[in-house]
Parts: sequence; structure tokens; C-alpha cells
Amino acid sequence: MKLFQRLVPWILLAIALFILPAALDDFRLNLFGRYFALAITALAIDLIWGYTGLLSLGQGIFFALGGYAVAMYLMLNTKSLAGGNGIPKFFENYGVSELPFFWTPFWSPVFTLIALWVIPAVVAGLVGWLIFRNRIKGVYFSIITQAALMVFFHFFNGQQKLFDGTNGLKTSTSQLFGELVGSPEMQVWFYRLTVILLPLAFLVCRYFTSGRFGDALIGIRDDETRIRFAGFNPVPFKTIVFLVAGALCGISGALYTVQSGIVSPQYMSISFSIEMVIWVAVGGRGTLVGPIIGATLVNYLRSLVSEALPEAWLFVQGALFIFVVVLMPDGIYGWVTNGGLRSLLAAFGIARKAKTYPRLDEEAVAVD
Amino acid sequence: MELFFSQILDGLSIGSVLLLAATGLAIVFGLMGVINLAHGEFMMLGAYVTYVVQSAFKPMGGVIFELYFPISLICAFIVTGLIGVLLERTLIRQLYGRPLETLLATWGVSLILIQLIRSISTAMMLGIIVAVVVGFFLTRLLRAKFSQRPFFTYLNGMGWALSIGIGLIAVNLFDQIRPLSKAWFGPRNIDVTAPKWLQGSWGMIGTIELPGLRIFIILLSALLLLATYWFLNKSVWGLRIRSVTQNRQMSNCLGIPTDRVDSITFGIGSGLAGVAGCAITLLGSVGPNLGAAYIVSCFMVIVLGGVGNLLGTVLAALLLGIIQSVIGSGTLLTIFPDLPDAARGVIEFFATTSMSLVLVFIFIIVFLQFRPNGMFPQKGRSVDA
Repeated sequence: MKLFQRLVPWILLAIALFILPAALDDFRLNLFGRYFALAITALAIDLIWGYTGLLSLGQGIFFALGGYAVAMYLMLNTKSLAGGNGIPKFFENYGVSELPFFWTPFWSPVFTLIALWVIPAVVAGLVGWLIFRNRIKGVYFSIITQAALMVFFHFFNGQQKLFDGTNGLKTSTSQLFGELVGSPEMQVWFYRLTVILLPLAFLVCRYFTSGRFGDALIGIRDDETRIRFAGFNPVPFKTIVFLVAGALCGISGALYTVQSGIVSPQYMSISFSIEMVIWVAVGGRGTLVGPIIGATLVNYLRSLVSEALPEAWLFVQGALFIFVVVLMPDGIYGWVTNGGLRSLLAAFGIARKAKTYPRLDEEAVAVD
Repeated sequence: MELFFSQILDGLSIGSVLLLAATGLAIVFGLMGVINLAHGEFMMLGAYVTYVVQSAFKPMGGVIFELYFPISLICAFIVTGLIGVLLERTLIRQLYGRPLETLLATWGVSLILIQLIRSISTAMMLGIIVAVVVGFFLTRLLRAKFSQRPFFTYLNGMGWALSIGIGLIAVNLFDQIRPLSKAWFGPRNIDVTAPKWLQGSWGMIGTIELPGLRIFIILLSALLLLATYWFLNKSVWGLRIRSVTQNRQMSNCLGIPTDRVDSITFGIGSGLAGVAGCAITLLGSVGPNLGAAYIVSCFMVIVLGGVGNLLGTVLAALLLGIIQSVIGSGTLLTIFPDLPDAARGVIEFFATTSMSLVLVFIFIIVFLQFRPNGMFPQKGRSVDA
């Protein structure tokens, strides 16, 4: 089992890099690129939920901020999208003739590349610090992150003059290096970029979850009061991990935006942020491979179901939520690695039963 | 001054809608600690019950039709209450003590309810009945034969999966029959016409008109609140509910049927959501997505007021309503015309419905910086557990 757990990430990476691009057409490949981008978000959520016990329902904020950062850069630097004043056309619809001040730095590609993860990280750090400082935890943390999500959602939704409101920013028609962002060639490059960044995100998460820092996180998850009594201050740990998760979500949002072709306030809807949590739960929280599998599987399932029967998806998704929470709390990966598959096979007499304490009990009874 | 008063009245009515919606949640969340994200969908169900009752009364016409609303209030309470009890018995019961898990599971329930209302038809209803009946008897049969075998749990699961499959086939078969396949409600919004005695004005105070609908909703929420207060503090079951929330094990030892208390508490909370949904139909057309608009605000009201405190819930709801209406309409500018330009700009910036919501949520987050446990925090040893 140990060897299997070591090999799984490499096998997945090999499949993603070599097999999928050869096997799938452009459209499918692009979809998988999106799933892998979302898997980075799932990793981030696993970092804060699976390891630190903070169930955030507001990761959509950071996801969308990253997406908006990259979209603003693309909008500004595409000549065909510019209106009369050299600023994006949609501004004309609302009678805005001057670029809002915070758009200006996004002319620069270097700034954008930094901003797309630094801005979400700073926002996350700030929000996190304000919440953790007051020892708000558990469900109250969830509810407040959800409220923060609503703040950003209503802000981006209501400000047509600043962000084109509900319509969002369309990136598929913009250009990068003289190529259309929505073109198949560019999309293949974005796919490769995603497949390279996902393992990096994995490594970042592994760095944070191993060693003393990781132990402290797990300690906070399991009993925060005891950690406090042991002389640790959990606030910096929680803030740092929430900040890192925010940065990862920003990167993920940027990758998702260029591949889906649009960023809109819908990325900050309540349902999307809760959906992110279920990817982690399905895959297996508290493991780093689980969220990647979960995000890919659930989103693939979503594409399949919505193509076949659009009305059925909500039923399937709802059932998935209930099923995972009630019957499979460790998720798929956790279920397999904890011996769930083996005990399933053993129950039907296919595999040998693992030797566990209940079995010893049974034997003792038999001897009696 | 007049403007100010009418603005306050407006705020009170927004607040009382919030209060209506939050009272049920105050019981479910505040007393039981269950994060019921399907609460908004219970409101939606209440609204659809109202629609059904209205449609049933329509052919009678005249005076009887005018009476449909009180009846639909009662029906909404009973129907959503029963669905709540069903949900508690089957799902929530398994998740006590794990609030984050209830949050995810009830979100799943809310998704299913939304889609159910959108696509339910007679065919689907029959299919569900077939699936439940088949599943019930199948698992009974399996239990009788295999309950001692090690694979029984998995077999049981497969039995249910099989019966769901049979249900799906049944839905497809019934769908072939044209009149059965028509969706009852469909994904579009439905309209409920308020009875005549609620439309129009209910007299004047000074020069301010009292719109009947708004006053009715304020009165209704006050009435429900009083009823809830009376139930929790004066009735026998209320006493049991309070004792179970304070110390479950001890109550159990003293012979209080905690299972039944849980069911009743959850049922009443859900029933109140149904009544709230019923009242919301008066304000405009409602659709399957009704719940999403209220659920976050409801939780904020409870957190702001202090969990488990009805008075806090009332104050928080009214406060939020008034802030939202005063800011959102930009009345401040007309009341204080001589503000400096900077302040003017800020007020104008927030003077839309969505921006006033932004401000309200920011206000709540800032408020919790100073009073992390809300206006009226719970005290005692059990709080942190």
C-alpha cells in the first residue's frame, strides 16, 4: 500500500502529460485543462479544511480575483477589444471615458503575473487574520467567509462601470503574443501550463503539511484549545495557511479563466464555492492526492451528466453531497487507502480479511 | 421627517421579512446547532404550497377565495414541518455533533429540492413512490435472508441502488403517457395574487400611508415570534427542547425522549420557514431559486444577534432591514443635504440595492470584530464545547 501511495502521483502526472493530449480531441483536452485548474483550488481547500479544519465557503473570492487579474491584463493588451480612448470597449456602454485607476498597473505583464496570486493572498491574509484574531472558528468561520463572499459578489456584480458587472470579462476573444487566447493552439499551451503548475501546487501543499508546521496544522484541526494550552498561538498558523490557500486559488482562477474564456461574478456565487468543498470531500480530505482525483472526477461527471441530461445534474450533485458525507467521510482515496476496498472484497469472500482487532475478538469468542 | 419615517417603515418591513425567515433558523441553528442550508428551500416549498392552495381555491371565487391566505399559512406550516421531520429522521439524525457535515449534507438536500420543484411531474412522483416502495420491501427481504452475512451492509446499499434504478425506469415509462409527463410547476417563476383585503392601504398615520401588505407582514412576524417565544418558554415541549439543548445526556437520563424532541424541534423550525415562504409570495413572484436570496442573510441575522437568543435575532433583523433600506435608497442625502462632497460620493456609491448589501455584510464583519459572539452572547461553560 505504501508503494502504491508513492506511485499514484507519478502515474497521474504521466497520464496527464502524455496520454491525455494524445487520446483526446481539442475540446476534451481543454475540459481536462479546466478540471486540473480546479484541482489546484481543491488542493488549497484541502490545505485549510482537510489539514487545518477550517471549512471556508468563500474560496470563490480568491479564485475570481485571480481570474479578474488575468482578464484585466488581457482586456487591456488586446488592440481589437479597445474602444476609442484605447481602453476596453465595454467601458463605452456605461459612459466611462477614463480607465479606473486600479486598472492601470495591469498594463504590465510582470505586474499581472505577480498580482494574480499576491492580491488574493493579501485579501485572504487580511480576512483570515480578522476572523482568527477573534477566535471565531467552526461553523461561524464558514458563515462569515460566506458573508465575505457575498460582499465581493455583490460588489463585482453591481459595479458595471468598474468590472462590466454581471457580464464579466470575456477573455476568449483577447490576444496574447499575437495569438487569440481562445484558439486551440493556445489552449494546448494553457493545458501544458496547468499540468506543470498542478504538481508544483501539490509540492507547495506537501511542504506546508509536512514537518513541524504540518503537525501544528493537524493539531489545530484536532484540538485547538489543547494547542493553545501547549503554548502555541494558532492565529499565525491559521492565517499563513489561509493566505497560501488564497494564493493557490488565485492561480487556479487565472488558469481556469484563460481556459474557459470568461470571468464573471458567477465565480463568486455561493453554490460554486460550496461545490469546491465537495470535490475535496469526494476525493478524500486530509490526503493530497485525493482532492486532485476528486476535482477531476466530479467535474468530469458533471460534464458527462450535463451533456446527457442537463436537469439531472443537480440531483446527482445533491446525492453526491449526501452520499459522501454520510457514507464515505474519507472520500474515495481515503476509503481505498484505509482498507475500504479490501474489506468490501473480504465481505464477499473474494479477498482475505485484514487482521484487525475485531477479528481477534471473534477468535477469542470461538475459543471460549 | 416624514420621509425618514416612511423609510423606517420600509426598513421595518424588510427587517420583518428577514425576521420571519430567521425565526425558524434561530430554532434549528440556535438551539440544535444544525447548519441547515436547506432552510431557504423550505421557504421555497412554503411558497409553492401557497400557490397550490391558491390554485385550489380559485374556482370557488368570491368570499371563500379571499380566505385562502390564512389557510395556506397553516398548510405551508404543516407540509414543510412534515418534510422537516422526515429530513431529520432520515439524514440529520446521523450527523449530530458534526455541524460542518450537516452543512454539506443539507446543501445537497437543497440542490435536490430545487431541481425537484423544477422538474416534478406526476410521472416523476409515481416513479419516486415506486422506488421507495420497492426499496423498502427489497431491503426487508434482504434483511430477512442475509442479515447475518458479512456483506449485508453492502447488499443493503445495492438493494437501494437497484430500487432507484427501477424508479428511474418507472419514471421513463410513465413519461410516455402524455398527461402524466407535464411538469407541475416548471422552472419558471410563479405568481400568487394577494387577496383584496391585503392590497391597498390600511389607513394613514399623519400623512404617511400604511400599505396593507407591509403592515400585515410586520404583524405576522411579530405574531409568529410571540408564538415561538410562548412555545419555547411556557409549553411542556418547549421546556423539553430547552433542557435537551442545555444538556442532552442529562435530559435523556431524566426520561425526556430526546429523539422525539429533536424531530419536533426540527419540524417546527422547518414549518416556520414554510410560513415565511408563504408570506414572501405576497411580495412578488417566486421561483425555485427563492432560497438563495435569503439564506446568507438569515445566518448573518442569527450570528449578529447572538446564537440561541430570540431577542438578539429580532434586533439584528430589524437593524439590518433599516440599514439596508436607508442606505440603499440614498435617503441620507435628502435628510442631510449639506454634506461635504466626499461623504456625498460615498453615500451615492452605496445607494443601490446590491451595494447596500455589500455595506450591510461589511458592517456585520466589522461588528463581529468587537463582539465576536454577537449582540447577546451565550454565557456559561457549555458555550465553547
